[in-house]
Amino acid sequence: VALQGTCRDSGEVAIIDFSGKITLGEGSATLRKMIRELVDGGRRKILLNLSDVDYIDSSGIGELVGAYTTVRNASGELKLVHLTKRVHDLIQITRLFTVFDVQPDEGAAVRSFK
Amino acid sequence: VDLAESIVMRVAEAAGYSEDEVHKLGMAVREGVVNAYNYGNAQDRQKKILLAVEFEAEHMVVHICDEGCGFELGEVPDPLAEENLLRTSGRGIFLMRAFTDDLAVHKRPGGGADLVMHKKLPHRHAGHGRP
Repeated sequence: VALQGTCRDSGEVAIIDFSGKITLGEGSATLRKMIRELVDGGRRKILLNLSDVDYIDSSGIGELVGAYTTVRNASGELKLVHLTKRVHDLIQITRLFTVFDVQPDEGAAVRSFK
Repeated sequence: VDLAESIVMRVAEAAGYSEDEVHKLGMAVREGVVNAYNYGNAQDRQKKILLAVEFEAEHMVVHICDEGCGFELGEVPDPLAEENLLRTSGRGIFLMRAFTDDLAVHKRPGGGADLVMHKKLPHRHAGHGRP
């Protein structure tokens, strides 16, 4: 299933609800484009809801890291919420829990932005 | 890439692996084929990638062969190293290792790399033969 993303706001926080796969090609490109558009539009607090993403490959992981760097370089924050077990395990074995701020639920995530 | 992944997942399913193990094998093969295309064959669409699956007594064995120059696993940077955590690539080999029981790279006689993954076969109940 191709990656789809829908953007909504919670105060200053832009939340993207993703569904599908973040894999080499289309999925990775969709993520990159949406993050770039938000940052170019001045958004600096971005939360990725990955509750309906059950597959990320190494290219998708790279894209998430790229998104993190893009937002951070713009002096913003990017956080993750609602990881599926497979994505959670992947982030864990690649040690990216030391990079990403992974929040337990959306309310806590929104409140955690500075 | 998708075709190679789905072929191996179907074979793994038939071999009796759990859903989670099938997913991991499929993902390892996906990473292997992407690696063969990007690095082995240098994204040259004229070059071929060979996928082969065989069964040994205790393992399912997957070969992914390219037409590149070959490489040494020991020379691949560690993606878990602090200085590599923010790299946007370089995690494929690590994931292949994580999702299989053994990963090796051999040089093919005619040139190119033969990436070999071993995955221990699931325990089977008496009376069930191998596929």
